[in-house]
Amino acid sequence: MSENQNLLEIKDLSVQYVTVDGTVHAVENLNLTLKAGETLGLVGETGAGKTTTVKAVMGILPTPPAKVPNGEIIFDGRALNRLSAKEMRKIRGKQISMIFQDPMTSLNPVMTVGEQIEEAIRLHNRISRREAAKRACDMLETVGIKAERAGDYPHQFSGGMKQRVVIAMALACSPKLLIADEPTTALDVTIQAQVLELMKRLKNDMNTSMIMITHDLGIVAEICDRVAIMYAGEIVESGTREHIFHRAAHPYTQGLFGCIPNMLDEECRLIPIQGMMPDPTDLPEGCRFRPRCPHACDRCAQGAPLIEIEPGHQVKCVLCEKEA
Amino acid sequence: MAENILEIRGLKKYFPTKAGLLHAVDDVSFDIAHGETLGLVGESGCGKSTIGRLTLRLLEPTDGQVFFEGTNIMQLDRKSMRQMRRKMQIVFQDPYASLDSRKSVFESIGEPLRVQRIYSSKADYEKRVYELMDMAGLAHRFANAYPHELDGGRRQRVGIARALALNPSFMVLDEPVSALDVSIQAQVLNLMEQLQKDLGLTYLFISHDLGVVKYISTNIAVMYLGVMVEKAPSKALFERPLHPYTQALLSAVPIPSIDVHQERIVLEGDVPSPIDPKPGCRFAGRCRYCRQRCREETPEMREIEPGRFVACHFVEEAAKA
Repeated sequence: MSENQNLLEIKDLSVQYVTVDGTVHAVENLNLTLKAGETLGLVGETGAGKTTTVKAVMGILPTPPAKVPNGEIIFDGRALNRLSAKEMRKIRGKQISMIFQDPMTSLNPVMTVGEQIEEAIRLHNRISRREAAKRACDMLETVGIKAERAGDYPHQFSGGMKQRVVIAMALACSPKLLIADEPTTALDVTIQAQVLELMKRLKNDMNTSMIMITHDLGIVAEICDRVAIMYAGEIVESGTREHIFHRAAHPYTQGLFGCIPNMLDEECRLIPIQGMMPDPTDLPEGCRFRPRCPHACDRCAQGAPLIEIEPGHQVKCVLCEKEA
Repeated sequence: MAENILEIRGLKKYFPTKAGLLHAVDDVSFDIAHGETLGLVGESGCGKSTIGRLTLRLLEPTDGQVFFEGTNIMQLDRKSMRQMRRKMQIVFQDPYASLDSRKSVFESIGEPLRVQRIYSSKADYEKRVYELMDMAGLAHRFANAYPHELDGGRRQRVGIARALALNPSFMVLDEPVSALDVSIQAQVLNLMEQLQKDLGLTYLFISHDLGVVKYISTNIAVMYLGVMVEKAPSKALFERPLHPYTQALLSAVPIPSIDVHQERIVLEGDVPSPIDPKPGCRFAGRCRYCRQRCREETPEMREIEPGRFVACHFVEEAAKA
């Protein structure tokens, strides 16, 4: 596959959760592309639809209540949403792996960590148990855990170590795409720094593409090539890190930067975004950020499409329409 | 210089465990001046929340004194302690867990007033509850709502309104914004700053988020494994951290900007166990400047520059880096 071809392409994806209290439009008409070797940061607050989006890619949405009325997910030339459960199982863990936020709940407490990594290897490769065990030990060494700890159980490891085990498991079959859902949120900063360094190194060594879900713009600045900002189920802005950090155009993105206390700033005043996230069962018409937006005007009731304001920099806001 | 509202001397809290004594807080002393905000930072398990609770005597210390407005609260009996608690309040991290799910917003905020029998007339009582809701930025229509009907930001506002009910002069804020989304976090931080200005409050602000702590604090104290390693004015600490642990901690925070690149000091290994710790400096095992002396002798807090305290034998060397 050539460098600039898309490894992953999400077209017009919508995901709804049908509940007795109404239908939650968790993700709506979302478009996203990821090139081989690239790291994409998916940024947004609780309920923005970040995790739902990647769960749809992994094919692990709980159905019901989840429903995918429209959309296509093309990974490496194949439409994932048309694959059978059996075919999908061959891809999951082998070509696409996922790291979850909480390492405590993503490991099996009654299996040794070595066995858990072995399991992932043996599911996708026809190799002997002994060989798989050896590879599992190699993976542990790769993530900086001594091979002799393969026989230990998850509770014998600290939080940072557990997340390393999860990373070892996710990368055991050298996937093309790694999805990391807030992998360091549960960790302390000094441990977070260790894990981020490790992920950066392994990603480069293995040339893995990555989707990094986070709400921390500091992590985005550190690790991502491109950024997509989500709000209430939609991507409101996407671009390279330069676009987002230097020329953020959507009022929500600008608002996010105003909300984070920056350690380096001399004098900083926080300018919070007014109001709160809309009820996902009752989203406002047109632009969903309209009720909280300082620049809202009549035209916002219609909403805007995602438009390109400079090459590779897309914004969903009527304010940018006239400039384009 | 304003006089101190709170003075803490030689505070210790050991928890007995099967494996031995867990030194949660080990000989910590510090002062908080009237109207200031002391930020208490450190990673999980370093004892910051335990200090918050000891300060209000929600936990009994193993040893040490807490002087609040000159009174040693460790010597107060139950009744006088209850009187004292009017002046010292706490806001917890998880507003969902710290509110009674069977009490409405109105009842929760009014509870301290009822417990302390502040008002004899119902009208005065109701007036005060609504006043508190206004102060915390809660619309009156939420008075009869229950915690599960509120979002995280509003729940935390209920926690703040309840803490303000008795007109305290001092508040412990234990990770008050950690459970909130960034846009809501900024709203709550601004609210607490405004309240401090309007009511002349003193805060002990506990957090693991250095950006937040820098934003709100006058002075900052850094904890590591039950001991305080550095205390300094906020600005000075961020400009030039002196203790090797503070240096590593600050360098580990990802900066939300792509124009600055900071040298990162990556600490090897994990925080060691707080159960029966070895003598000497607690940070010795992970420190770049560690020598023989660090493993034998526990460093005392020393005043390196006016207002800057560091507990490190080789701070002069570390400061040069």
